[in-house]
Amino acid sequence: MQDFAHSFVLAGNLILQADAALVEIVGLSLQVTATALVVSAAIGLPLGAILAIARFPGRMVLVVLSNALMGLPPVVVGLTVYMLLSNAGPLGVLGLLYTPTAMVIAQSILITPIIIALTRQVIADLHQDYSDTFRSMVVPGHTAVAALLWDARYSLMTVLLAGFGRAIAEVGAVMIVGGNINHVTRVMTTAIALETSKGELALALALGIVLLLIAFAVNGSVALLRGAERSLVRV
Amino acid sequence: MSEVLSFPGHAPLKARTGRSALPLSVRQLTFRTEGIDILRGVNLSLESNDLTVLMGPNGAGKSVFLRLIHGLLQPSSGDIRWDGAPLSKAVRRSQALVFQKPVLLRRSVRANLSFALGLRGFVNRSARLEQALADSGLADLADRPARVLSGGEQQRLALARALILDPKVLFLDEPTANLDPASVLMIEDVIGRVRASGVKIILVTHDAHQARRLGEEVVFLHKGRVSEHSPADLFFNQPQSAEAEAYLNGKILV
Repeated sequence: MQDFAHSFVLAGNLILQADAALVEIVGLSLQVTATALVVSAAIGLPLGAILAIARFPGRMVLVVLSNALMGLPPVVVGLTVYMLLSNAGPLGVLGLLYTPTAMVIAQSILITPIIIALTRQVIADLHQDYSDTFRSMVVPGHTAVAALLWDARYSLMTVLLAGFGRAIAEVGAVMIVGGNINHVTRVMTTAIALETSKGELALALALGIVLLLIAFAVNGSVALLRGAERSLVRV
Repeated sequence: MSEVLSFPGHAPLKARTGRSALPLSVRQLTFRTEGIDILRGVNLSLESNDLTVLMGPNGAGKSVFLRLIHGLLQPSSGDIRWDGAPLSKAVRRSQALVFQKPVLLRRSVRANLSFALGLRGFVNRSARLEQALADSGLADLADRPARVLSGGEQQRLALARALILDPKVLFLDEPTANLDPASVLMIEDVIGRVRASGVKIILVTHDAHQARRLGEEVVFLHKGRVSEHSPADLFFNQPQSAEAEAYLNGKILV
């Protein structure tokens, strides 16, 4: 018990002193996940919106697929990306395995379905309000998609934050494709797993606290955004 | 009409140019949904620019009829033609509809109008936009989020957004229901000026007083059919159909 208490004190010191190793790991985590989020948003927002308003054969299949893929197990994503990027794999020539780029790819695959599925829901709800007006005004499809995405911007921020939260907290995929290499691909979750197994609880705890703080900050931003939207928009 | 409605300082909107969208010719129009016959064979021909008021008890099919002739709904059977042409996007582009409950974008008043302007290839957009803000009395509110406006202001914006597209035909589906008298007056003033500029207006209203103030001809719908189609004077003073007479006398029609 006393060991644990001591670990907490050490962890607190690491955070307060902005320990170099800690900062490096947190920085890489944020960088990888932010990049993955940008990639996923660029794909997921328009695709989700198109799924919400377009009517084409196979649409329902895509909707069901994106919903089902929301629950993709990270280790399965990790394994798949590993096989693609390993030397023997189809993308092996790129030499991306065990790089931050590989982690970005894995996290993007993990959260893009989440962004698509949640965006589709948000945009479908808004489109129900707008569709008669848009049809009356003869709004072309691409203009309608852009307008709906813009008008749903507050709700979509919460969608993006949900994706961010999922990606930054995930350990299985980045462990497999990143390899948890010190100073190269070591992020918060993989470092926590490693340090814990080594019995070095101080750094693990410090990283865990930072991760929790990030989770709180993300959820707090979601709540604030919802509040801002409500005060701005009479629904 | 104009003496009652005109506000000082407002010139009539400029007259339309180009071909008229009329006549509207509707033949044997039926609409059936979820096993209920909403319209049961409507025949109607509108040839003049006179402001047409569509009246009738609840459930008579007025709003459905408006949506059908604007192309928002597909008829179960029957034929709708504007100046001989069947409904199409091109026809709809020359029309505009203001809904009872306006759906405004979650943006500023100005952005709502510029969104509409961006849909058509208009030149000198900013001048049109400023003119629309002035015409609708919304210039002071231009930078407010549209969704925080009062009900009357929202409806004025919806009307301005419809008019900025320069429609030849304007559909109004109970545009002043549940609005305060001052807002009703401002909206009726705009309607009057639009009428004077030569736009064909088809107005659905439950308000018999409004119908008397604005209407030049009346189409009375009852149970999915046209019971009467008369000039407004005749309709209000000597209704030709028993249903319209009962309705005007305040009897509850079912």
